[in-house]
Amino acid sequence: MNLDPQIPEGPLSDKWDNHRFSSKLVNPANKRKYKIIVVGSGLAGGAAAATLGELGYQVDCFCYQDTPRRAHSIAAQGGINAAKNYQNDGDSIHRLFYDTVKGGDFRSREANVYRLAQNSTNIIDQCVAQGVPFAREYGGLLANRSFGGAQVSRTFYARGQTGQQLLLGAYSALSRQIAAGQVKMYTRHEMLDLVTVDGHAKGIITRNLVTGSTDAWTADAVLLCTGGYGNVYYLSTNAAGCNVTATYRAHRRGAGFANPCFTQIHPTCIPVAGDHQSKLTLMSESLRNDGRVWVPNDKENCELNPNDIKEELRDYFLERKYPSFGNLAPRDISSRSAKEACDEGRGVGPGGRGVYLDFADSISRLGESAIRERYGNLFQMYERITGENAYKRPMRIYPAIHYTMGGLWVDYNLQSTVPGCFVLGEANFSDHGANRLGASALMQGLSDGYFVIPYTVGNYLARSGAGAISPDGPEVKEVLESVKERTSQLISPQGKRSSRSYHKELGQIMWEFAGMARNEAGLKKAIGQIQDLRDDFNKNLVVPGEGDRLNVELERAGRVRDFIDFGELLCRDALERNESCGGHFREEHQTAEGEATRDDENFAHAAVWEYKGEGEEPERHIEELKYENIELAVRSYK
Amino acid sequence: MKLTLKIWRQSGPKGKGLFESHTLDGVSEDSSFLEMLDQLNEQLLGEGKEPVAFDHDCREGICGTCSLTINGHAHGPEDSTTTCQLHMRKFRDGETVTIEPFRAKAFPVVRDLIVDRSAFDRIVQSGGFISVRTGSAPDGNAIPISKVDADDAMDAAACIGCGACVASCKNASAMLFTSAKAAHLNLLPQGQAEKDTRSINMVQAMDEAGFGNCRNYGECSAACPKDISLDYIAKLNRDHAKAKIKKIFS
Repeated sequence: MNLDPQIPEGPLSDKWDNHRFSSKLVNPANKRKYKIIVVGSGLAGGAAAATLGELGYQVDCFCYQDTPRRAHSIAAQGGINAAKNYQNDGDSIHRLFYDTVKGGDFRSREANVYRLAQNSTNIIDQCVAQGVPFAREYGGLLANRSFGGAQVSRTFYARGQTGQQLLLGAYSALSRQIAAGQVKMYTRHEMLDLVTVDGHAKGIITRNLVTGSTDAWTADAVLLCTGGYGNVYYLSTNAAGCNVTATYRAHRRGAGFANPCFTQIHPTCIPVAGDHQSKLTLMSESLRNDGRVWVPNDKENCELNPNDIKEELRDYFLERKYPSFGNLAPRDISSRSAKEACDEGRGVGPGGRGVYLDFADSISRLGESAIRERYGNLFQMYERITGENAYKRPMRIYPAIHYTMGGLWVDYNLQSTVPGCFVLGEANFSDHGANRLGASALMQGLSDGYFVIPYTVGNYLARSGAGAISPDGPEVKEVLESVKERTSQLISPQGKRSSRSYHKELGQIMWEFAGMARNEAGLKKAIGQIQDLRDDFNKNLVVPGEGDRLNVELERAGRVRDFIDFGELLCRDALERNESCGGHFREEHQTAEGEATRDDENFAHAAVWEYKGEGEEPERHIEELKYENIELAVRSYK
Repeated sequence: MKLTLKIWRQSGPKGKGLFESHTLDGVSEDSSFLEMLDQLNEQLLGEGKEPVAFDHDCREGICGTCSLTINGHAHGPEDSTTTCQLHMRKFRDGETVTIEPFRAKAFPVVRDLIVDRSAFDRIVQSGGFISVRTGSAPDGNAIPISKVDADDAMDAAACIGCGACVASCKNASAMLFTSAKAAHLNLLPQGQAEKDTRSINMVQAMDEAGFGNCRNYGECSAACPKDISLDYIAKLNRDHAKAKIKKIFS
């Protein structure tokens, strides 16, 4: 497997400039001869499709939702980072770069992250010009807020709906190109396989979720912008439809999957209320600007009304353990601290799995109206879900799976190990290492879509030449037939167990053994249990109805089937990565105080998995990560 | 909780729909309305029946995918709430709950409770954007925008495109949606250059999509899960009239 990262020559700050200059261009008159498939219409996919359409390429864009504006980027709440230094508080491109690499626990690629920090400033300009209504100060200039893992205020936001507003910006640009005929939009279409010809990505197979029709589409390049795989845990903050199928199917066709064990657990989610739960809801990290996290000192007080627990009987554990970052400690560290407190029996709420996020201090300092102005929609959402008023009583929060740093391996050009198959946004692995900082996902999706891919895909096309194949070619037909067969095999009206129940069970295995803390014995056990679950799934799954029409159970069954295989891969990766870093915490590797210990000597690399066939063990390859500009250090937020 | 559910079933856009009744027991008060439907679907699967198809995705009230007319109300009885954020503690044990799709000529039924809202996309494609090429933007702070205007634009931009406004309007008018989308951009300095064409084109696209006329009943805003204000309808009417007059004299 060729894992050359293709990092350009020159000093870090000149690499992207050098690369853009040395990239080949496609003549404006020739762009319309090239067809590009974009799968997914979130920030990465929407931005890429709009920009490539505007440049003159023919773009086919696919999404499973009923409109491109509903992709799950829409749910991002808190904000988007950019090294604008509008606050004059010491920010710079280099500082954003440094914070991101450090936040990722030194497991990301320097050159990619530096480019991301460089592009961050252009993103804000672009979005403002599109009409994204970012928060403003009274003087009319853009406002900023602070976020975890940074000591400068560089996060731009649109109330608690930043993702929504940025996505609507990308969607409006995309809509303009659809109207102009540059982009053909296919909604309610799900990608089920990647077509390769002589090792190059040349198309995809989709199922039309309304008519059930399975079709082949061919192009000169394929862009996968299909998001993360957090739903392998069943309960996560992802949308119900988020799935791993597009990237996992590409993996089966030769795309290396990097660092699947790097999953992010978000510290501030609403705790699980019961067995009926189908998803977990995030409360924006921005709440930690004004909320203080605590649990009772003594187990005996966990059942009391929190307002009756005296100040001296509370443990503000983040402020105690990480005095310089306090309640704004990074996500992985905050999550683990919450888990520790609950493991000690000091958790609150149903099942003792929760900690308090208390706004009483801020309300007495700033007034309830100031807090309402900042977080009103979040408090309202909390009340709807829990029936509790967080102005009067501290919120209960608990960590939940939120984001996945791992993804398909890509080089500096965002190209996977399958030439012509590019991967953008959360679906790739490149920029966040072992842990993502808050407000950096939106930045990455838009950087990849607006500012990186237009150069790198052009370079690929200019070098490889136009050569889209016919959808009736033999290579395409073969993949199409295999997808149809797989779909028809899933239909099983006589079965006994629903795909949802399998998904739930898979999620329980994953959360228990590959969640916030992992160890060798547990991961081995998980792999065995997942294999048993797969056997059971193949025998007992029930999917009623037919495949040639809208069939929700069929859709879910296909996704869950891929989640099962992928869950096993994730556990395997977690087992082999015998160190703790970022979101990957191996209990065998911690300090006496319970902090993660990295092993840079043996694991300063990306682990990239190669698919070897059904029932075969995948092969692990590595890309060494070279740090030339940042010194590897113990990540301390004390 | 134990509920009787009267649910609309329809095989496709041309199919003849009908209400089906199901009894569902053991519903938790803490579960969301959609989780209650998940539970029903698991029960139907166990009985060898076809589950009910309904639209949903983020389940946190922001993507606008979920719909449903519950007991006659778009998104159910609770104010300012999408169906996915509606929780069962708002219902009574033993209650009969009627569940229908969003009904409008411009939103044909796809299956059961799923409707086709692509007409909204066509309205946005007609002018719901600012024409700015990627990479051509000036610095974000180049144009100061007063906080009042930015907040006003944000209020309009909060629309999630769910279609509750259409479903609750007796004329099935899409004026609240269209006006929110237009106002978001028409209120901002960046949106001024295309304001007139935007106002004219979006209204025309709305009419062509088969939505009814707005008669200012206000039911749309009352049903809106994001409380989009009727003021934006007034604003679009103004912007549209001004644009038309300018066109006559130009």
